[in-house]
Amino acid sequence: MSYLHLAIVAPLLLSIFIPAFYNRFRRIHTGWFVLPLPILLFFYFISFLATTMSGKSIIKTANWIPSLGINFTVKIDGLGLLFSLLITGIGALVVLYSIYYLAKDKEKLNNFYVYLLLFMSAMLGVVLSDNLIVMYAFWELTSFSSFLLIGYWYERDKSRYGAQKSMLITVFGGLAMLGGIILLNIITGTFSLTEIMSQGNEIYSHVLFVPALLCILLGAFTKSAQFPFYIWLPDAMEAPTPVSAYLHSATMVKAGIYLVARFTPVFGEHALWFWLVAGAGMLTLIWGSIFSVKQTDLKAILAFSTVSQLGLIMSLLGVGAAALHYEYLDDNIFTVAVTAAIFHLINHATFKGSLFMAAGIVDHETGTRDIRKLGGLMHFMPITFTISIVGAFSMAGIPPFNGFLSKEMFFTAMVHVTEMDLFRLETLGILFPVLAWIASIFTFIYSMILVFRTFSGKYQPEKLDKKPHEAPIGMLFSPVILVSLVIIFGFFPNLLSESLISPAMASILPSLLGEGEEFIVHISFWHGFTIELFMTLGVVILGIILFKTHHKWKKIYQAIPEKLSLNRLYDSMLEGIQSDSNKLTNSYMNGSIRSYLVYIFIFFIFILGSTLIGKNAFKLDTSNVSSIGIYEVVLAIFVVVGSISILFVKSRMTSIILLGAIGYTVSLFYVLFRAPDLALTQLVIETISVALFLVCFYHLPKLRKIETRMRFRLTNALISIGVGAMVTLITLSAHSHKLFDSISQYYVENTYTEAAGKNMVNVILVDFRGFDTLFEITVLAIASLGIFGMIKLRLNRRKEG
Amino acid sequence: MRRTNNIILETAIKALLFMIVLYSVYIFTAGHYYPGGGFIGGLMTAGAIVLLLITYDIKTVSEILPINYRILTGIGLLFAIGTSAGSLLFDVPFLTHAFGHIQLPILGELSLHTATLFDLGVFFVVVGVTMTIIQTIGEDE
Repeated sequence: MSYLHLAIVAPLLLSIFIPAFYNRFRRIHTGWFVLPLPILLFFYFISFLATTMSGKSIIKTANWIPSLGINFTVKIDGLGLLFSLLITGIGALVVLYSIYYLAKDKEKLNNFYVYLLLFMSAMLGVVLSDNLIVMYAFWELTSFSSFLLIGYWYERDKSRYGAQKSMLITVFGGLAMLGGIILLNIITGTFSLTEIMSQGNEIYSHVLFVPALLCILLGAFTKSAQFPFYIWLPDAMEAPTPVSAYLHSATMVKAGIYLVARFTPVFGEHALWFWLVAGAGMLTLIWGSIFSVKQTDLKAILAFSTVSQLGLIMSLLGVGAAALHYEYLDDNIFTVAVTAAIFHLINHATFKGSLFMAAGIVDHETGTRDIRKLGGLMHFMPITFTISIVGAFSMAGIPPFNGFLSKEMFFTAMVHVTEMDLFRLETLGILFPVLAWIASIFTFIYSMILVFRTFSGKYQPEKLDKKPHEAPIGMLFSPVILVSLVIIFGFFPNLLSESLISPAMASILPSLLGEGEEFIVHISFWHGFTIELFMTLGVVILGIILFKTHHKWKKIYQAIPEKLSLNRLYDSMLEGIQSDSNKLTNSYMNGSIRSYLVYIFIFFIFILGSTLIGKNAFKLDTSNVSSIGIYEVVLAIFVVVGSISILFVKSRMTSIILLGAIGYTVSLFYVLFRAPDLALTQLVIETISVALFLVCFYHLPKLRKIETRMRFRLTNALISIGVGAMVTLITLSAHSHKLFDSISQYYVENTYTEAAGKNMVNVILVDFRGFDTLFEITVLAIASLGIFGMIKLRLNRRKEG
Repeated sequence: MRRTNNIILETAIKALLFMIVLYSVYIFTAGHYYPGGGFIGGLMTAGAIVLLLITYDIKTVSEILPINYRILTGIGLLFAIGTSAGSLLFDVPFLTHAFGHIQLPILGELSLHTATLFDLGVFFVVVGVTMTIIQTIGEDE
């Protein structure tokens, strides 16, 4: 464990104390207790800037499961540090904003901040873990915390729907990613990302390379809301606005982008990678921007715009991966795509974060987010208006804001695609700049809708629940900081280029760098009259025309039939799965435990029997058998007579007692074979289970009015005899085969030396195989709670009814 | 369960109960060296309580022993997880146990194991689980 590990788990540790803070200090907003941590972590991570700027990285390892190659390895490099700063920096601003957004006397703040801190830890874990299994664990944790936060107002149907949707889609992708990680492990023999990258080109020729690539991308695409998996993101807007700003625009949805960037050195040179990442990104970009224009809810516009911007970054990373084919650094014009991707990633976090916060303020102060009801708020909320207009202009790509710079670079990268001479881009390449341009026009339109439909136009007080007024200063603080960054990065982009962008590029395209080299990034406003500039001009002019005529052409959207939408597909799939699995389950689960036992035993006989025959495994070897004494014979007769007489008794009470007698006799066998532990356990177990049977006695259904002995049923008889025969055969074979040495000798030798115990059975239970015991007692506990729940719930229902 | 007049059992149990519980504690602590351990010890304690249940009724027993067995189960699990995960703090793998010996004035040499704490968890869970099941099913009449 090092301070780095501590930094990752610090939010988790703090979350343990949140309920206590909430209960003890009701009058202080719980957010104030949370706020110092992200600020502290932000400055802690800032201290690593010098390291990554000099091209170095730090690796710290804490052993977790070394025997499986799973260790909590933390690696700080350019890319990881960039994300850590985003997570903690935006995190601090979001916590501050939430203090004013969520009222302390109405909301369940303890839940909110526990989830938020859980997310912060998980996200830091994702971007800083070098071990893929650990990263996967944190990855799923981000999905869970996102689920909890979307469902924060769980009494609303829509929140629950959105939470479930995001969970199903992102966890599906997460599981696919786990598959990809395991495939990579099969190919390379390691879970460590650093080691996988060092293996180089051998991975490419492996059969499993393409499946691994597909699985990893599935994880990235679902998380980063790429087409067609984006449908969860608009529904995730049911979360409180601070959460939307934090998880669903600035950090968590960028985990997929992180993943793609991280795996670019591994997969990047493959044509499939280029086409999938760039293609899906492009499609998402244009799809999201077109559908954003259709929305009427402020947050829905922002959600679709986030989808589209994520597509933009994704497509840039895809194009940037092609730079790996040109193995020279000087005048490699394709690396600009990666520069643009990272730059836009930072910019997007700043302007989209501020826009979300502004939308939250509008919602908070007017009671609605519907742009059809809003309008003319400019005079009531001048500061919020300023924030929105700067954020939206930056998003639209208008100078002098940072969005303009990265949008220009995006155009540059897309124009360069036409110059590539691989993957048949000579002909298809022209699609990239054209689609990028069209998408940018729509981006421009929705940015304008966002600002001007809300803040200018006619003020409609009759449609608003509250009289609008400017938000309190504390609520404005965070978006103002973000907007200042939008402007600062717009005028001084090179603040970022050496400190963050160049080190992050070094992590994405390491093979292009020689020893001691670094990417030289210089961002400037004016490039002369280039094609990019004319593209931007075209976007602005066409955008303004289309925005002005929006009311005329927006009816086109109604032409798309509702039935064909992806959401409808998702809903019907979910319904179909539920009703089908319900039918399937009901077809064999009839509620009678006797039929379940029949299923279990038939499977038992069938599987074991076919294995015994198929593998020709039965063997009888009498060479190493001890003689049978008088005691064993007597006990065996007891057991046999006892079991047979159960079949002929009339009352259940008698059967239970007979069964107990058989159990006690078996424990005497253990005594004979000198296994006192087993004998003791069996004795006590028999006692308890007889008592349990007697207690349960009351609940057993009355089969018939008069107690008669069991009727003879052929199938049951066959199954019973089959099980008995099978167990006998297996026991005999197990004794006769000696395929490998018994492990018992190991225990005999090591029980005292390794575990300082003399009772082997107990030492095995608590030490050598402690994991088994741990899980067994957990299962026991769950089973008992299950029984408790079932019985108590039924009692309550009966009382109500 | 119907109350029957079983004066012999009611008298005997007062002495028996302590003997059984004491023996189960002995068996639990001896577990590392002699037959026994948390599992058997726990079952035996549960057995003692079941005997109490058979002698008296559920209501009386829950007055004598006002224990919430579900919480006992939770405490047991915490013990088990705590001793297992505690090893991580010392930079050794999960579930690594430590042991040592100390000299006490009257008892003489005593060996201490973190494994015993783990076993204590097992003990609690077994008592908790058994009693939760029997109590809930028994109460449901």
